[in-house]
Amino acid sequence: MISTIKNLYEHDRRFRFAFIVIIGIIIFSSLSFFSPYDPDSSYDVPSDQSPSIKYFFGTSSRGQDIFWKMTFAIRNSLLFGISTALLSRIISILVGLTAGYKGGIGDRILMSINDSFIVIPILPLLILFNFIFQEKMSLFLLSLIMACLGWAWDARLIRSQVLSLKEREFTRTAVYSGMKSLPITLKEHLPFVMPIVFATMINNMLWSMGLEVSLAVLGLSDINTPTIGTTIYWANQHQALVAGVWWWIAAPIAISTLLFIGLYLLFASLNQYIDPRTRLLRMGG
Amino acid sequence: MKHGFFFRYCLQRVGQCLLVIFIGITITFIIPRLAPTDPVESAIATANMSGQYTHPEAVAEIRRALTELYGLEGGIFEQYFNFWKRLLKADLGPSYSSFPTPVMDLIRRSLPWTVGLLLTSAFIAWAIGNLIGGLAGYFSQRGWARTLGVFCMAIRPTPYYIMAFVILALFAYILPIFPLSGGLAIGVHFSFTWRFITSLLKHAFLPSLSLVIVSGGAWFLGMNSLVSNIVSEDYVVYAEMGGVSNRNILFRYVMRNALLPQVTGLALQLGMIFNGALITEYVFSYPGLGYLTYNAVFSGDYGLIIGIAIFSIIGVALAILIIDLAYPLFDPRIRHR
Repeated sequence: MISTIKNLYEHDRRFRFAFIVIIGIIIFSSLSFFSPYDPDSSYDVPSDQSPSIKYFFGTSSRGQDIFWKMTFAIRNSLLFGISTALLSRIISILVGLTAGYKGGIGDRILMSINDSFIVIPILPLLILFNFIFQEKMSLFLLSLIMACLGWAWDARLIRSQVLSLKEREFTRTAVYSGMKSLPITLKEHLPFVMPIVFATMINNMLWSMGLEVSLAVLGLSDINTPTIGTTIYWANQHQALVAGVWWWIAAPIAISTLLFIGLYLLFASLNQYIDPRTRLLRMGG
Repeated sequence: MKHGFFFRYCLQRVGQCLLVIFIGITITFIIPRLAPTDPVESAIATANMSGQYTHPEAVAEIRRALTELYGLEGGIFEQYFNFWKRLLKADLGPSYSSFPTPVMDLIRRSLPWTVGLLLTSAFIAWAIGNLIGGLAGYFSQRGWARTLGVFCMAIRPTPYYIMAFVILALFAYILPIFPLSGGLAIGVHFSFTWRFITSLLKHAFLPSLSLVIVSGGAWFLGMNSLVSNIVSEDYVVYAEMGGVSNRNILFRYVMRNALLPQVTGLALQLGMIFNGALITEYVFSYPGLGYLTYNAVFSGDYGLIIGIAIFSIIGVALAILIIDLAYPLFDPRIRHR
């Protein structure tokens, strides 16, 4: 694990950049544990101060220090992304492994349902969901429903991986040795699928965090919990751009863009790493 | 035999399209039933809270329509059956925020804007992204190809909202050339005049620019990696050794093969691009479904939100069906099986 990271860090510029950015952002978000202000309180500091040594990112019209507010926002957004990704991994591994290993009519039915979930436009459904729940909405509930809607793409990738694993020598050996299909899937195939699961998890985080921003700017997320999206929502509510308080909106946009690029480069780099073709190239084969 | 396969392919695609609509609408049926409180009553309460004056008559009418559509009376299967019956009659009841206009009318009015914006942007992004991506993949050693690659890597993960917002801020504060909101200038009406067309294009420019940049970046990266894989295949190497010109190799051999997964990709990504279009419309107050959604949320118009969700699903499913049915035009293997 550590040697893989070291290897990637030395040979892939994208990974190096992503690694540094993400470590930086994780450190930044963990500063929230040392925040002098409560994330829910307002008017702790003078309002509408532009960025300075005292207030790195300036202060908002609600009298909040944007630097500290952002540490909470990034932490919550990251936790939200991770929990959505983990929850949806459960469904996609389950569907992908079953469809891939069973094959036949079961596979065809599962994949038809899977393909439907890939193409259904999810934003209107999420808007409906948030609208129904309104005040009872929480970030966890949102991540739960997003996990239920956002597993399909990765299930397909996992299935295709299992399909190729099924044709390998060792699967046949296992079958002839009398191993049942469940243990084969879990013990023999799952370890090979794990790298893909990990890479798609990062992609899923990007997807869910981006959608959270979309929902929050419509006022349809848990708007009282600071996240990247709700920070932008509150800035818009106070007409930050019109009032000239541009730093209120620049801070979440700049940090989240950095975070999104970092995660995407990490995903791209890992994807290339686990792709057998490039692995062969690296080995000189 | 030839026709048999093609026919089966079409039938399969139509079946998949119907399944998408069925699953999507079933989800819209289920979601309100997960709510802790009666969605009809809480929707009416929210709408009242937003301070609109509504006729008691209107409230009664809407309550009846909503209860029929999403009501909790009778068994769950009976509810489900009634839900579909109402949908098939294309009757979604009156809108709450602009009573007594039916929800269907509101949607019908905004739909052309979204369809126009989405289809042109999606197509332009697809064409430009794939063309430049293909060139960059083929000439991957050149400086411009690498620079573009880095640029697209940075653009690709940006959420649609952030891109739209940055473009809005840029053009609102630094270069105020394009109108920032609306679909047409005030006083311009639909007609085939120069004034109408320029106004339409001017207003659509910024929203579609932001859509084209984000999704174009994604197509670029996809095509780039597809082409750089194909370039190392034997037939390309032979063509190069045989003295076939670069242009012929790229456009007649490499790109044609690489385009197939990108056509499938367009069908698969359309739902995602649709999400982006909704949010972009909201940012630019473009009078399509996205803006309608924002108004519906803002005024607590429950029936309208459900209507938009249903129509989004049907619209995207049908658009995908069209792409799927056009696929054999690109792929001779399906045409001539």
